[in-house]
Amino acid sequence: MILSAMILVPLAAAAALLWLPGDEAARAARAKAIALVTTLILFALGLVLWFGFDSNTAAFQFTERAELFGGLFSWHLGIDGISLVLIMLSVFLMPLCVLASFDSVKARVPEYMAAFLIMESLMIGVFASLDLFLFYIFFEAGLIPMYLIIGIWGGKRRIYASYKFFLYTLLGSVLMLLAMLWMVAEAGTTDIPALMAYDFPARAQPWLWAAFFASFAVKMPMWPVHTWLPDAHVEAPTAGSMILAGVLLKMGGYGFIRFSLPMFPEASVDHMWIIFALSMIAVVYTSLIALVQEDMKKLIAYSSVAHMAFVTAGLFAFNTQGIEGAMVVMLSHGVVSAALFYCVGVIYERLHTRDIARYGGLAENMPRYAVFFLLFTMASVALPGTSGFVGEFLALTGIFKAETWVAFVMATGVILGAAYMLWLYARVAYGKLVHQDVAEMPDLKAREAMVMIPLAVVAIWMGVYPKPFMEPLRMPVASLMARLERAGPPQTPFTPLNASLTGKATAAPVTKVAAGHGDAS
Amino acid sequence: MSAVETLAQSLAIGAPEVILAAGSLVLLMIGAFRGDSSLRGLSYGAALLFAAAGFSVLNDGPDRLLAWNSLYVADGFSAYLKIIILAAATVSVLMAAPYLERAKSARFEYPVLIVIATLGMCIMVSANNLLALYIGLELMSLASYVLAAFHRDDRKSSEAGLKYFVLGALSSGVLLYGVSLVYGFVGSTDFTAIAAGLSAGQERNLGALFGLVFVIAGLAFKVSAVPFHMWTPDVYEGAPTPVAAFLASASKVAAMGLFLRVALDAFAGMAGDWRQIVIFMAIASMLLGAVGAIGQNNIKRLLAYSSINNVGFMLIGLAAGTPAGASAVLFYLAVYVVMTLGAFLCVLALTDADGRTLESLTDLSGLVRTRPWLASALAIFMLSLAGLPPLFGFMAKLAVFNAAVDANLWPLAVIGVLASVIAAFYYLRMVKIMVFDPPADTPVTGGTRLNGALMAVAAIFCSPLGYLLLGPLAAASRLASRSLF
Repeated sequence: MILSAMILVPLAAAAALLWLPGDEAARAARAKAIALVTTLILFALGLVLWFGFDSNTAAFQFTERAELFGGLFSWHLGIDGISLVLIMLSVFLMPLCVLASFDSVKARVPEYMAAFLIMESLMIGVFASLDLFLFYIFFEAGLIPMYLIIGIWGGKRRIYASYKFFLYTLLGSVLMLLAMLWMVAEAGTTDIPALMAYDFPARAQPWLWAAFFASFAVKMPMWPVHTWLPDAHVEAPTAGSMILAGVLLKMGGYGFIRFSLPMFPEASVDHMWIIFALSMIAVVYTSLIALVQEDMKKLIAYSSVAHMAFVTAGLFAFNTQGIEGAMVVMLSHGVVSAALFYCVGVIYERLHTRDIARYGGLAENMPRYAVFFLLFTMASVALPGTSGFVGEFLALTGIFKAETWVAFVMATGVILGAAYMLWLYARVAYGKLVHQDVAEMPDLKAREAMVMIPLAVVAIWMGVYPKPFMEPLRMPVASLMARLERAGPPQTPFTPLNASLTGKATAAPVTKVAAGHGDAS
Repeated sequence: MSAVETLAQSLAIGAPEVILAAGSLVLLMIGAFRGDSSLRGLSYGAALLFAAAGFSVLNDGPDRLLAWNSLYVADGFSAYLKIIILAAATVSVLMAAPYLERAKSARFEYPVLIVIATLGMCIMVSANNLLALYIGLELMSLASYVLAAFHRDDRKSSEAGLKYFVLGALSSGVLLYGVSLVYGFVGSTDFTAIAAGLSAGQERNLGALFGLVFVIAGLAFKVSAVPFHMWTPDVYEGAPTPVAAFLASASKVAAMGLFLRVALDAFAGMAGDWRQIVIFMAIASMLLGAVGAIGQNNIKRLLAYSSINNVGFMLIGLAAGTPAGASAVLFYLAVYVVMTLGAFLCVLALTDADGRTLESLTDLSGLVRTRPWLASALAIFMLSLAGLPPLFGFMAKLAVFNAAVDANLWPLAVIGVLASVIAAFYYLRMVKIMVFDPPADTPVTGGTRLNGALMAVAAIFCSPLGYLLLGPLAAASRLASRSLF
């Protein structure tokens, strides 16, 4: 029942927000309070899930099922470790998003908060659905509130950005719907756990895989279908960017790990090289683009595309390190990119520009801000001791095991990432305070610090002691690996370097030489 | 059985039509004696008639009952469609009275004509013979032509009526020509006899094929499928709004139902032949309906293109030609009627301070600030017509795509989903205008309490709450489609 409650409570609160009495100011104040309380309740419910979760099984937990839809599909919910950590990420970020919007949003506050609460409900629905069509409905329904958030509370080119966001992602998803219809007709069930165990004919798998890929690649987003993301991020309000980068992008990775890999293992192995190629291009290309950005939000948006490339490459490395690493990159990026967007939002509110050149020397007049910004910059460039390091290191290890030179190219992304992030930081925080208006900017307010501190704590916690975050992933990833075994993903021949990295000193003789396409049997 | 007994039996089977036919005459008499001031009373009277006819339909089906020398059939299929038609007609007649009074067209003929048109529709969906088909179609059409020109002092309305009449008469002629060819080459106008005459094993009947093409052309005109759609935007724009709502909802249901019965029952043996035509019309309607709406600035024209677009999706289900496809079309029709009527109810509520109707999209600017509930309802209908989850219109599209995938019509399904993305653009544009744009200069007022209540019911049906009705509705449409196979 707890998962249903987590989906329905924010919806009920959102409905209540639209009926608020009072004048404009009173409604706004009440809406903020209700939204904050609701998201905190959700966070508390998330903690109940977290502590009640049994990490020693790959089975779905907290399952519930109701035949509400006349047997066509069902209200079937449940979570495994992968869903759990992503739900935790969502409920953790939401109160911070609400807090972040307290000052920045002036117009139509109740509607704004309602849109966010609806988003939260839908995000939890996506990660908790165990029914194919229920998943699709939650997955697509998120477009409407996000369209409204960008279109109503966005920047100058908000209309263009909102259309582009909506139509791009919709176009990606409709083909997935057809694939789902075929799968349901073939397997005779809409149950996700059953479909994950169903062996789809090898002849159909490439088509199904491609249809799902179209959807998740856009959502992720992967190069070359990432172009909606910078536009959406630049125009979205701060909290919109936080939730977009923090959670919505994770739906693509979740889709790969929940659908593409276990349902179409053969096709996934066959298309490994497409993913690797796109990921390598994405890392290098979008990092280079990020280097030359003048707009802070755009820079961070491009860095998101680069980070997501680690996720895709890690997932398609077909080994435990790669997949776990991809998951940790997603969690870490969820926290860190949301934090970075918030950092941009904080100074944007003071100066109303995101132009990097307009800033400089913030370390002098905003020392506390500069410390937080530095921390998140470091987490973004994967400094050891921060959350970014754990994920990227694991993912790179996994990729290295699968294909050494892919790992080489991906690792340049880490270097380029350090280049653009540190350069961004240098231009914003260091140097001389040349602009008078910048020098007058006050340091962090208490409320702003209240948003920064939890993000900082989690970023460091995940970097120093990632076990609590990785523990729930162990069993689901292991069962996913067992499922992928059948497709015979290629493994790199044994080398001492491999052994020292992965700790398998006397690895079993390798049966398959690394090879590309069509190696699956 | 004596002649009297047969007649009594036929009258009992055809009770809905009998009620409507007798009722329309009574209403006409009352109107003639009491004058135009009786408009409201007659409207409620018509609604009562529809309710009575609806109750008499309830115990129809699933058995197939023939009446009037098997010209007429009452089965689950006709019962399902009649309930939708009667409900849509009830809404069309109830929403009209205040509007007509405001527009100074309050004449008592309106409810009478609606009842007569509805009678024609009921005969259409119960037709078991090409002649009954023609009688029903003409009864509906003639009443509709008059209704379209109901604002007789308004140039646009008269133009709409005339255009509808000329093109409609042409299409009736085409249909009748097809009927004569079919009769000539198959030897009967009875659906069962035609089906037997065309059944497998016989050699290809070229004459019947020609007849079929003409019949389909005539029916496609009524459902406004491309390339027979040209009248739709002009007529919807010019006709009084409640009439446009009636044409877009009830008459679409009747014509589509008739199309299903003719294709899947009478001409089941020639499925391979008509399927190509239907696939072409489906693709053309989906694409033209999606692209044509983009440049429109009149909300009624936009809804006309939207209805062309939606008919394209329904034809996907017909093209599949399977029981699943037929039930998908029936399900789609039920959802479509609610969405369309809801949208027209919203249009009806858009008036400026002087009571003039506002129809251009720019008048909708920033509607969410001035009329939040109206704007929300309209947004729900638009997004539902676009078939976006989590709104209920999504399930309708899902059903037809499912049928297409099951029937292995992959190209059709792929083009369909892509067309739905194109169409999403202009539906979103409506939302953008209402929600993102600054408020318009002319404040929107108007809307009666009854319309508001109907709108709210329709909006709740189209919202995610509608999913709770999915089970009963899907079961009913499945049951109804079984009559055809």
